[in-house]
Amino acid sequence: MPAKRIIPCLDVKNGRTVKGINFEGLTDVGDPVELGDRYAQEGADELVYLDISASKEGRNTFTELVGRIAGSINIPFTVGGGIASLEDAARLLEAGADKITVNSAAVANRDLISEISGKYGRQFVVVAIDAKKVDGIWRVTTHGGSRITDLELFSWAKEVEKRGAGEIMFTSMDHDGTRNGYPCETFATLCDSLSIPVIASGGAGSARDIEEVLSEGKADAALAASIFHYGEISIKTLKESLAEKGIYVRK
Amino acid sequence: MIAVIDYDMGNIRSLGYALQRLGAEWKLTSDHSEILEASHVVLPGVGNAAEAMQRLKDRNLPDLLWKIRRPVLGICVGMQVMCRHSMEGDVECMGIFDAKVRRFEEAPGIKVPNMGWSPIANMESKLFKGIHSNEFVYFVHSYYAPLCPDTIATSRHPDLFSAALKYENFYGCQFHPEKSGEVGERILANFLSL
Repeated sequence: MPAKRIIPCLDVKNGRTVKGINFEGLTDVGDPVELGDRYAQEGADELVYLDISASKEGRNTFTELVGRIAGSINIPFTVGGGIASLEDAARLLEAGADKITVNSAAVANRDLISEISGKYGRQFVVVAIDAKKVDGIWRVTTHGGSRITDLELFSWAKEVEKRGAGEIMFTSMDHDGTRNGYPCETFATLCDSLSIPVIASGGAGSARDIEEVLSEGKADAALAASIFHYGEISIKTLKESLAEKGIYVRK
Repeated sequence: MIAVIDYDMGNIRSLGYALQRLGAEWKLTSDHSEILEASHVVLPGVGNAAEAMQRLKDRNLPDLLWKIRRPVLGICVGMQVMCRHSMEGDVECMGIFDAKVRRFEEAPGIKVPNMGWSPIANMESKLFKGIHSNEFVYFVHSYYAPLCPDTIATSRHPDLFSAALKYENFYGCQFHPEKSGEVGERILANFLSL
């Protein structure tokens, strides 16, 4: 069994990290490569870079950045944000990304998952699923939670797995940004129903929340942004506290 | 000069960058004389074993690889096609390592692919000089080589499998040293000093 993974997520706009803490000795907080490298040194198991630029120039800058990340980071990294076609995936693979994450585009065009996975392998495709509870049913949402679809979380996750996803990254839109923790029962049901790894995203406010989603929630990995970026807890301290609670992490 | 074998199987960029970070000069090539003249040869591989084997055959590379007397390192699927056979596509492979590659069985709590960081143990080679038992490396695979006489390191998922293999000058890693942080860099550096 592989160790449970801790994955910091960095938002990038026009080639610059949007949020970030002022690590001691870090010359440029806004540089995604330097910040990612620091997280890697602290014990991050992987990194996720999300491009939140909404312009074509921003996209091009991001692709160049992916090349720089691949050149200096020696742990796996995933990139995402606006990937809508096989060509987008190819461009990022060519730049050196280990994995890509697709979200809304996979809902709009379900063949996209099979196309990318068929061409570049299952390990390259992380499908992000955002869902919220509507009348007692977990509904898949797109466009940052603003559009509710007819898809139901568990059956969509199964379909995504069948279509060739290598991992699923699940965010509860009811918990995202609240920092009140994750819906652990839902995570446990999801993880039990799939044979591919599940990454828990959105909702971590403390080490305790992450501990819960990795134990009761059975998630294989936890992705977090703000608790790391604002320096509330370092990855090293988090992993030490997880290990004390008996959670299997890489030291 | 290190020859990284070019047979259009997946992304070799990160491997190239890792070699570069170690100060090594490398070249992506499928040219037979370049491969034979190289000081070290790396056979990368991401994707399907049957397809990988076919692409190697299309370039007459399996026979060539057997002739190399310098250190050769197969990574992931590159290691698997150096075994005798793979269940993935039911394909006869190069037969350098005495193992038949099998698929992990899915079971409650056992995810396939085996993706993430796992410890390696029982290391028996200069490839692992300075690496301690139970240090973590990064794996991404659904198929594995069982334990065999050529095993030089083990890992678990949940049963023991070969994390690395060796036969004469041929080495294979199931994990990705180029993505395994400092431990991986040490393993690559060890390979380059063989």
